Amino acid sequence: MALLIIENLSVEFATSGGTFRAVDRLSLSVQSNDILAIVGESGSGKSVAMMAVMGLLPWTAKVTADKLDFNGIDLLNLSARMRKKVIGKDIAMIFQEPMSSLNPCFTVGFQLAESLRIHMGMNRSERKKRSIELLELVGIPAPEKRLSAFPHQLSGGMSQRVMIAMAISCNPKLLIADEPTTALDVTIQAQILDLLVSLQSETDMGLVLITHDMGVVAETADRVVVQYAGQKAEDQPVKKLFAEPHHPYTSALLAALPERATSRLLPSIPGVVPGQFDRPKGCLFSPRCAFATDLCRTVEPKRASADLGHALCHYPLVNGEPTKNQKVS
Amino acid sequence: MFGFLLKRFGLLIPTFLGVTLAAFSFVRILPGDPVLLMAGERGVSPERHAQLLEQFGFDRPLYVQYFDYLFSALSGDLGQSLVTKKPVWDEFFTLFPATFELSICAIIFALVIGLPIGMLAAIKRGTWFDQSLMGAALVGYSMPIFWWGLLLIILFSGTLGWTPVSGRISLLYYFPNVTGFMLVDSFLSGQKGAFSSALSHLILPTIVLGTIPLAVIARQTRSAMLEVLNEDYVRTARAKGLSAARVVGVHALRNAMIPVITTIGLQVGVLMAGAILTETIFSWPGIGKWLIDSISRRDYPSVQGGLLMIAVIIMFVNLVVDLLYGLINPRIRHKG
Repeated sequence: MALLIIENLSVEFATSGGTFRAVDRLSLSVQSNDILAIVGESGSGKSVAMMAVMGLLPWTAKVTADKLDFNGIDLLNLSARMRKKVIGKDIAMIFQEPMSSLNPCFTVGFQLAESLRIHMGMNRSERKKRSIELLELVGIPAPEKRLSAFPHQLSGGMSQRVMIAMAISCNPKLLIADEPTTALDVTIQAQILDLLVSLQSETDMGLVLITHDMGVVAETADRVVVQYAGQKAEDQPVKKLFAEPHHPYTSALLAALPERATSRLLPSIPGVVPGQFDRPKGCLFSPRCAFATDLCRTVEPKRASADLGHALCHYPLVNGEPTKNQKVS
Repeated sequence: MFGFLLKRFGLLIPTFLGVTLAAFSFVRILPGDPVLLMAGERGVSPERHAQLLEQFGFDRPLYVQYFDYLFSALSGDLGQSLVTKKPVWDEFFTLFPATFELSICAIIFALVIGLPIGMLAAIKRGTWFDQSLMGAALVGYSMPIFWWGLLLIILFSGTLGWTPVSGRISLLYYFPNVTGFMLVDSFLSGQKGAFSSALSHLILPTIVLGTIPLAVIARQTRSAMLEVLNEDYVRTARAKGLSAARVVGVHALRNAMIPVITTIGLQVGVLMAGAILTETIFSWPGIGKWLIDSISRRDYPSVQGGLLMIAVIIMFVNLVVDLLYGLINPRIRHKG
């Protein structure tokens, strides 16, 4: 059974200029012992979708879904009290900015022990023992000394390790990592990713990795969901996605990877992700798509079948060439 | 931490010098001189006038008088009151407990009500609840103390007859002055009704004196809280599955308190200024009322000494606040 099932999740924000749909009918599922990468440019709704799963969105956000199930629990209609028992225990999340994600006024030990007390009911000595164990697990040297350290005494990489230790402290079934390496320098990025992947394989938890780095995806993920302007553009196993992208957006993203570049100038995708006021009619990617036709610019595309990567496109690519969308699901 | 302390103490020296200079020149800038005021309507002959000025030492050049005052003050001698002939130091500390008691009650009143109001308003930001609370705080902040005091007296003492109009305790009670704090002394005396009498005398002055600090603390807490609630670590705390009370009351509050504590320290100055008005309205026998009387009598040593003592107390409180600040904010503690 899938660990996390999301069906037609939409998140809308009421703004002064009307409602803005940050996530638009997103469906995906995560199996336990699986690494799902969600890829997309800034503003494509990756983080917002996962925050909706965690229940961390501000009250101005309106979350709707046909299904939002975690391990058989309906997250959508969960009372705040029951949610607290799941969030932070069975689903944990780490964030983009490790330095500001730790509370500057409390020691590492305090922040680690907090979840252990609330979710695991451990006493003081058990908490200390487990905290040291966790810091060791995430590769922090001299863990006993670090317990009394304040966040400002840690580097970015160290802070992220502490965040990971906090997240896995209650043996979660699902870990959501929201661009965990974006704020770190490149050598540390690789270490943190390795750590996440090895923890995932040791503990059999599901891992959702939000990123905009295709390189990260290639190295770590089992499956990939490509998000564009709040919609899912494509959904494929990682190897297939890299071998044969079906959505023109995915194809363009891959073409922009330096490793894949053939010309001297790195290819880029013209334009930007549409915002609240410049949403095109029809396919949201049509203004930036090399293959767009009048149909693309006027009619919303339907989703293609699984063998075409669930691509949200009128003409999913096959061998890099647009086809007629035959099977409509 | 040691370097921080050293720097903080070093800053006190110029502040102290500035305060002595200000207190010294303030009384001398006021028109009228103490001898003429003492003589009253009978007047005084020019010879006697000069003789008295010489006796008090006011005929010397100003800088000599200033350094005399400065070095005496440094050795703990604030001089003698021209009116009562008692040492200013003694006068000050006889009256200070009354002001201290009132100020402590006022700041506790302001904190106990101001902090929760600020927190609630921040959590419910933008709602009618938030807006009415902050509107009320603005009114409280803008309210002239003397007028607010009179309004309360008219309502609670006059119309309703719930509280006494003035003084620290009913004349029915007499007991030895042990600590100078009426609440403590009346309690220790064991006399029936003494404590409640002292308490009822405190209520209105406390409210009047505490209103401005309350409003400032509430508004400052709200804005600090709003800022902190948007921080990443608050999101982390919520992602841990902590209760809303713990997220706000522990994770957010600790950070929001950092600017609030500074504000509280600054309010001590406001309290001292407010005490002068409040004590006058309620005939509260504290240093505020004493200072007003001394100013109107041009009692130079009393005014100089009183102002200096108040300034030293404010400096001391702010020092404590700064140390507290280092205690609550680890980023300061580990610097320097």
